[in-house]
Amino acid sequence: MRNVLIIAKRELASYFTSPVAYVFLVIFLLLTGFFTFTAGQFFERGEASLGAFFGWHPWLYLVLVPAAGMRLWAEERRAGTLELLMTMPITPWQAIFGKFLASWVFLGIALALTFPVVVTANVLGTPDNGIIFAGYLGSLFLAGAYLAITCLTSAMTRNQVVAFILSVVACLFLILAGFNPVTDLMVRWASPAFIDTVAAFSVVTHFDGFQKGVIDSRDLAYFLSVIGFSLFATSIVLRNR
Amino acid sequence: MRPSNLNILMIKIENLAKSFGAKRAVDGISFTVERGEVVGFLGPNGSGKSTTMRMITGYYPPTAGSVRVGGYDVVESPLEAKRLIGYLPENAAAYPDMSVRGFLGFAAELRGLSGAAKRKAVARAVERCFLESVLHQSIDTLSKGYRHRTCLAQALIHEPEVLILDEPTDGLDPNQKHEVRNLIKELGRTKAVVFSTHILEEVDAACTRAIIIDRGRIVAQGTPDELGRPLDEVFRRLTVPDTAVPDTVKQ
Repeated sequence: MRNVLIIAKRELASYFTSPVAYVFLVIFLLLTGFFTFTAGQFFERGEASLGAFFGWHPWLYLVLVPAAGMRLWAEERRAGTLELLMTMPITPWQAIFGKFLASWVFLGIALALTFPVVVTANVLGTPDNGIIFAGYLGSLFLAGAYLAITCLTSAMTRNQVVAFILSVVACLFLILAGFNPVTDLMVRWASPAFIDTVAAFSVVTHFDGFQKGVIDSRDLAYFLSVIGFSLFATSIVLRNR
Repeated sequence: MRPSNLNILMIKIENLAKSFGAKRAVDGISFTVERGEVVGFLGPNGSGKSTTMRMITGYYPPTAGSVRVGGYDVVESPLEAKRLIGYLPENAAAYPDMSVRGFLGFAAELRGLSGAAKRKAVARAVERCFLESVLHQSIDTLSKGYRHRTCLAQALIHEPEVLILDEPTDGLDPNQKHEVRNLIKELGRTKAVVFSTHILEEVDAACTRAIIIDRGRIVAQGTPDELGRPLDEVFRRLTVPDTAVPDTVKQ
């Protein structure tokens, strides 16, 4: 655990010593603001909830999370520091988990900085803060799942752009599998059981519960297994360097 | 007590081989290095020097054969073996966004040092590699010589018993080369040092023994005197110039 924290500390610090962190935070907050208040019609809805806020997260994260995570391993490969890291007396798992953790904490910081939305809802009305909390928790796990996939694609290449594109495509599949316009198309030729099975692989399906304020262990298990599987695959990719 | 303290044999390599696809980069190498030895690893570009070093340090798993460092098998007990090794990779990789002090502190922490011991280790490495003047500079602003010495300082930070240095004098000016050679010689008195080079004077200047490798095989080894003089003629006679492995294969 000590080694995990040493790696995570360095990784998190490197976000803030480069412009990456600040550019990312500003863009993230601008986009969440735009989607919530303009595109999501936060005020016009006339209800004290954060549905307009969380509903966009699967799409917003689709671009932003790979952008935050694409350098994790690609940069180590490009700079040659992967060799340095892998010849230190640490296990590959400690390095993988430490780097993932640092990025996840960074995304958590970005998410925490959206607190004015919560304040706004509480000033204007009396929202159910339990539902809001569940929404934030779900959003954090959603970001974690995307991030773990980005870790995997980042470990495959020394080129950050390739890592970015691959992870966007992979995450897009995880959205579309449960996205209503897509499942509606499948109704014509597939059985409902088949559609449900496909939709069960989607982040949207599992994020829905959190938005309604339900913290279901099955949804948690889903996100944790996406994270676990992706990080495990990362370790295999790194072993076959 | 660790086996390394009982034994002066620090590195034992037996029939080590590494293939990349069809290409045999290292083809059945065996040698040993004892404490107090400085072994110069000579060979043309692409002869398998870096690949061998990467297997000793546990970065590449060997295709066949074994590496034991301080009695520990690098594949079976990687953590124990890695603890004994200080490694300067080719091209002196370092995190460009970190300061020299931050980077050395990070290396010290990964080596299990903290608090006063960490500060002491960083200060000692900084002094030894003449890094005082760039301590707070970020690594991407350093000249090549300083970056090289920063990475060398990282390799020395935990006073390792085994030092693996891949082209430690590459890209340094003549004064810096001289300093690094002297440092290697001094370190060699108490440690087992393997360094690769293709500069033949360095063999005379710093090595107790040289190993010449060509196309993945050892073609000669011995003290510089045993190999014969002049060294560059011996080297040319023993090696074939056209052995370069394409970069894509190396990586």
